[in-house]
Amino acid sequence: MKKIVLKKFRLTKKVFSFPYILFLLLFVIVPLVLILVNAFLDGDNRFTFDNFKTFFTSPASTIVLGNSLLVGVITTAVCLILGYPVAYILSKMSSGRLIVLLYVLPMFINFLIRTLATKAIFIAMNVELGMGTVLFGMVYNYLPFMIMPLHTTISSIDKSYYEAAQDLGADKATVFLKTTLPLSVSGIISGITMVFIPTISSFAISQLLSNGKIFLFGDSIQLSFEQNLYGVGSIMSLVMLAFVLVSNLIMNKFNSNSDNVRRSLW
Amino acid sequence: MVKKIKAFFEKFYLFVILAILYAPIILLVIYSFSNSANFNFDNGFTFDAYIAIFKSDKSPELWSAIGNTFLIAAVASVISTVMGTFASIGIFNLGKRSRRVVENVNQFPIINSEIVMAVSLMVFFVTFAFPEGYLRLIIAHIAFCTPYVVLSVLPKLESMDPNTYEAALDLGATPFQAMTKVMIPYISPGIVSGFVMAFIMSMDDFIITQINKGAATGINTLSTYIYSDARVQGLEPFWYAIFSIIFVIIIAALLSVNVVKVSREKKKAKEVKA
Amino acid sequence: MVQKVSVDNIIELRNVSKIYDGKYAVKNASLTIKRGEFVTLLGPSGCGKSTTLRMIAGFEMPTEGQIIFNGKDITNTPPHERPLNTVFQRYALFPHLNVFGNIAFGLKLKVIPNGTKVNRKGETVQLFRKFTKEEIKKKVNDALKMVDLEDYGHRNVASLSGGQQQRVAIARALVNEPEVLLLDEPLGALDLKMRKDMQLELMDMHKRLGITFIYVTHDQEEALTMSDKIIVMRLGEIQQIATPEKIYDEPANAFVADFIGESTILSGTMLDDYKVEFCDTVFECVDSGFKKNEPIDVIIRPEDLKILPKDDPHSLLSAEVLSSVFKGDHFQVMTLAAGNELMAYSNENCAVGSTVGLYIKPFDLHIMHKTRLINEIDTYITGENLVEICGTDFDCVTTLPEGTPVKVSVDFDDVEITDDEEDGTIGATVLSSIYKGSYYQAILSTDDHYIFFADTDDDWLKGDRVGIKIAPEKILIEVRDENAIAEQKTVIDETLTEEERAAIREEQKTPAPEFDSDEELIEEYGVDGEYETDEKEDEE
Repeated sequence: MKKIVLKKFRLTKKVFSFPYILFLLLFVIVPLVLILVNAFLDGDNRFTFDNFKTFFTSPASTIVLGNSLLVGVITTAVCLILGYPVAYILSKMSSGRLIVLLYVLPMFINFLIRTLATKAIFIAMNVELGMGTVLFGMVYNYLPFMIMPLHTTISSIDKSYYEAAQDLGADKATVFLKTTLPLSVSGIISGITMVFIPTISSFAISQLLSNGKIFLFGDSIQLSFEQNLYGVGSIMSLVMLAFVLVSNLIMNKFNSNSDNVRRSLW
Repeated sequence: MVKKIKAFFEKFYLFVILAILYAPIILLVIYSFSNSANFNFDNGFTFDAYIAIFKSDKSPELWSAIGNTFLIAAVASVISTVMGTFASIGIFNLGKRSRRVVENVNQFPIINSEIVMAVSLMVFFVTFAFPEGYLRLIIAHIAFCTPYVVLSVLPKLESMDPNTYEAALDLGATPFQAMTKVMIPYISPGIVSGFVMAFIMSMDDFIITQINKGAATGINTLSTYIYSDARVQGLEPFWYAIFSIIFVIIIAALLSVNVVKVSREKKKAKEVKA
Repeated sequence: MVQKVSVDNIIELRNVSKIYDGKYAVKNASLTIKRGEFVTLLGPSGCGKSTTLRMIAGFEMPTEGQIIFNGKDITNTPPHERPLNTVFQRYALFPHLNVFGNIAFGLKLKVIPNGTKVNRKGETVQLFRKFTKEEIKKKVNDALKMVDLEDYGHRNVASLSGGQQQRVAIARALVNEPEVLLLDEPLGALDLKMRKDMQLELMDMHKRLGITFIYVTHDQEEALTMSDKIIVMRLGEIQQIATPEKIYDEPANAFVADFIGESTILSGTMLDDYKVEFCDTVFECVDSGFKKNEPIDVIIRPEDLKILPKDDPHSLLSAEVLSSVFKGDHFQVMTLAAGNELMAYSNENCAVGSTVGLYIKPFDLHIMHKTRLINEIDTYITGENLVEICGTDFDCVTTLPEGTPVKVSVDFDDVEITDDEEDGTIGATVLSSIYKGSYYQAILSTDDHYIFFADTDDDWLKGDRVGIKIAPEKILIEVRDENAIAEQKTVIDETLTEEERAAIREEQKTPAPEFDSDEELIEEYGVDGEYETDEKEDEE
C-alpha cells in the first residue's frame, strides 16, 4: 500500500505539467498543423498544390516578398550600424548598465502608439509618406531590440582579453577587430534575428507609415485571411515560419557556447 | 586632447540616438497641451485634450476599450501565472528528453512571429467554431503569456538547492506541505515577475487581439481601438493626452521597479556585512 | 548473572542495492547500527556513501533489500514519516524563513498526543494537538542555546556565516528530538579551522544527547577522529566495517589501506603460514590461514618502517634513498628496494643516494587477500575468433562456436591502457590508481559499468577517459555453465562479537513488520486512536 502512495506522489509532480502540455498541444501545435493543412486545401477543402503555384507565380506576392526582404535587410543593417557603437560605448562606461535602460525603455510603449506618433510628426512636417518613412519607423521601432542583446554580450566580455591583446602588441583598432568583434558575434546574430524577423513580419507599421502604399509580409498574411484566402495565407505563414525556424537555428548555434542572450532578456 | 575629443564624440553620439528615440514621445507630450493635431499652439496652452478623454462622443467607446484591456489582461495573466507555475514544477520534474521537448514547445510562442501565431489561432477558432468574443481573446492571450511565466519560474526552480525540498520532508512535512511551505515561497519572486510580465504582454498586445477579436462582436482593447480610430483620419487631440498619460504611467512604473530593486539589493548587502 | 545476548540495533540494512540507469550506486549493502553509536560512512566521492544515507533518510528508494528501523521495516516509508532528521551538506536552510522560522519548521508540523476522550460509540479516542506558540518558542530557544546562537533567532539565514548556518541546520534537525541524526558531509563547506572546532562540538553533542549519529564524509581523518564505527565504501560496495583503530591497523584490503593514512602497498606471495615473500626477500609475519603460494598484498605503514645503517645486524632489507623531505616533525624518506618504492618516516635526514637498511616488525606487516586476482567476465562467443567484452567484439583465439557461453579472464598485466580513448577497443573511465611499489594498479570502469583492473607503469589521472586494448592471445576463454549462480558475500561487522552476530542472524530469520507512523504513536500510548487534528487539509 505504502509503496503505491509514494509512487503516486512521485508521479504527481510531473502531473502538474500535464494541463499546460495539453494546452500547448491544443492552442500552439494544433493551430500550426491547421495552417500546414490549409496550405494544401483549395476553397472547397480539396487537396491541391495550387496555393503554392499562386503564391510563387503571382507578381503581387513576389513584390510583397521582395519589399519585405528589402525593408528587413535595410532596417537590420541600419540598426546594427547605429546600435553597435551605442552598445560598445555603453559597455565601456561604468554606469552603462543603467544608461542602457534608457535605450530599452521605449520598447515598453506600445508600438502602435509610437508609430502613430511618428506618423503625426511626419504629417505635421509635411514629409511625404513612403519607403523613407517606413524605414525610419522600422529602425525607430526595432533599434532597442538590437542594442539590448549587443550590450549584454559586449559588456560580458572579460576585460582581460583586451589587456591580453594589448599586451601582445595589438593597437586599439586591432584589439577591436580581433577581440571585441569576434567575441560579440553571438550578440550580433541575436540582434539581427530580433530585428529582421519582426520587421518582415510586422503588421500595420508599414501600412500606417506609407498610407497603405507599402505592404509587408505580415500585412499580406493578415489581408489574405481577411479576404478568406486561407490557402495563400497559410503558405505565407509557412514561409514566415521557415524564416523563424532557420534564424533560430542559426542563433542557437552561435549561442550554444555563450549565455543565451534571448533568455537573459526576460 | 585626442582622448577628450573622442570622449565628447562618444557622448554626443549616445545623446543623438537617445534624442531620436525620445523625440516623438516628448513632442507628443508637449503638444498634448495644445489641443491640436498639427503640432502648433494656435489654441494656446490648454487641458482640453485631457478633458476630451472624459467628455467627447468617443468617450464611452474609449472607456470600454480601456476596461476590456484590463479585464483581459487580468484574467489571462492570473490564469497564465497559475498554470505556468504548476507547469514549471511539473516540467522541472520531467525526464530529460521530455523536458527538452516541452521547453522547446514552450519557447515557440515567444520566438514565433506574432502574425503567424495570430492567424494560426484564428484558423483554429474558426475550424472548431469557438464562440467569438472574450473566450477566444482570453485563450489567445493565455497562449502567448504563459511561456513567459514558465521562463521566469523555471530558472528559480533550477537555482533552488534540491536539498531544501528534501529538508522539509525530513522535518515532517508532507510532499504537499513541502511544496506550499518551502518550494512556492522560494520561487515566489519568479512567480511575481512572471505575472507582471504576462500582464504587460497582454496589455501591450495588438496583433493577436486585432486578428482574433472578430469583426461582429465590437470588442476592442485600447490598442485595437487606437488602430481602428486613427488608421483612417489620423490622431485626434485626445489621443495625444492618452498617450502622454500612458508614457507617464509606464516610466513611473519602470522607475519605481528599478528603485525598489536597487534599494533591496543595498539592504541585502548591508545585512550580509552585519 | 547471565545475560542473554541481544543487540540493540536501531538501524539495519539488509542486502540493500540501489541501481541508477543500470549502474549499481550501492551494491548489496548489509550493516547494523547500534543505538547511540557514532557511525561514519567513509569513502571517495561516488562510492555510494551519500546514496546509502539518502536511502536511510527516505529520499531514495532501494532497488532491492530492506531497511529496518527499531525492528520495523521502513523501506517504503516516505521521508516525512520517518523519525530521523538530516543535516545536509550545504545546510539546505529555507531562505524565505529567518533562523527562528527554520528551526520551528518541524515543530509547527508535528502533532503530539493530547489525552483521550470517549466518543459517542463509547470508544476511547486518542486526541492530538499541535505545539503551542510558547512551547515552540521555548524549544527553539533551547535549541539555539545548544548551538551557541542565542540571539540569532530573528536573523536572515543568508546573513549568517557558513559556520553559523551549519549550527542552525544542526539545531533545526535536533529540535525535533530525532532518535537518529543523519549528517551528509556537514563540514565539507567549512574552512579547516572551523571544521576542526565543529568536529569537537559534534562529538560533544553526540555524547550529551546520547542519540545515534550517522555521518557521511570523504575525509578519513575526520572519520578516524569522530567515529565509534567506520564503514568504508568503494564503488557502491562496503569494504570494511570496524572501529577506527582496526581500520587503520588492520585494513581489510589494499584499497582501505591506501585510502586510510599513508601506506606502501606491495604485491607478494604467502609462502606458508607466518612466511611471506616480497621484494625478493622472505619475511616472518604473524598471519596464517592463507593458501600456499597465494598472491597477496602487503601493507606497510611508513611509521612502522625503521631506517637503520646499512650494515646494522637487524636490517632485513637493504635499500637506496631516493628522496628525503622534511615534514615538520619528521622526514619522509622514499627508498628503493629490489625495484619497489617503500616510504618510511625517520627522525633523521638521510642522504639521497646512500644505501640504508630497513627493518619492520612481523606484527606490522599487514597481509591481505587480493581484491581480485584476474579480470573475469561472463559473456558469449559472438563469431569466429570473436568474443563480446563490455558490448564490443574483441578478437581472440578460440575454436568455440558462436553463441557459446564463456568465462573470459584477462590478467591485470595484459590490460593495455591507451591515452586516447579512440585508440582502445573500448572506452573507460579511470576510477583510481594505486601505487604498488613498482607499478600502478589502475581501476577502470567501462561504459557498461564493468570494472577492469590493470597493472601499468603510468599513473593515470582519476576521472580521465582512456581506451582499453587486449591482445587476442591474452584473452583466456573457458566454457561456462550458464546456470551457476554467483555467490554473494557480505562484509562482516568487526565491531560485533560472535554472539551478537549470531543474535542478528537469528533476528533476520523473521521478517520485520512494516512501519506505520500512526500505529507507532498508538502503540506508544496504548489507545485506539483517530486523528483529531487539521491534518486532513494537508493531505495530498
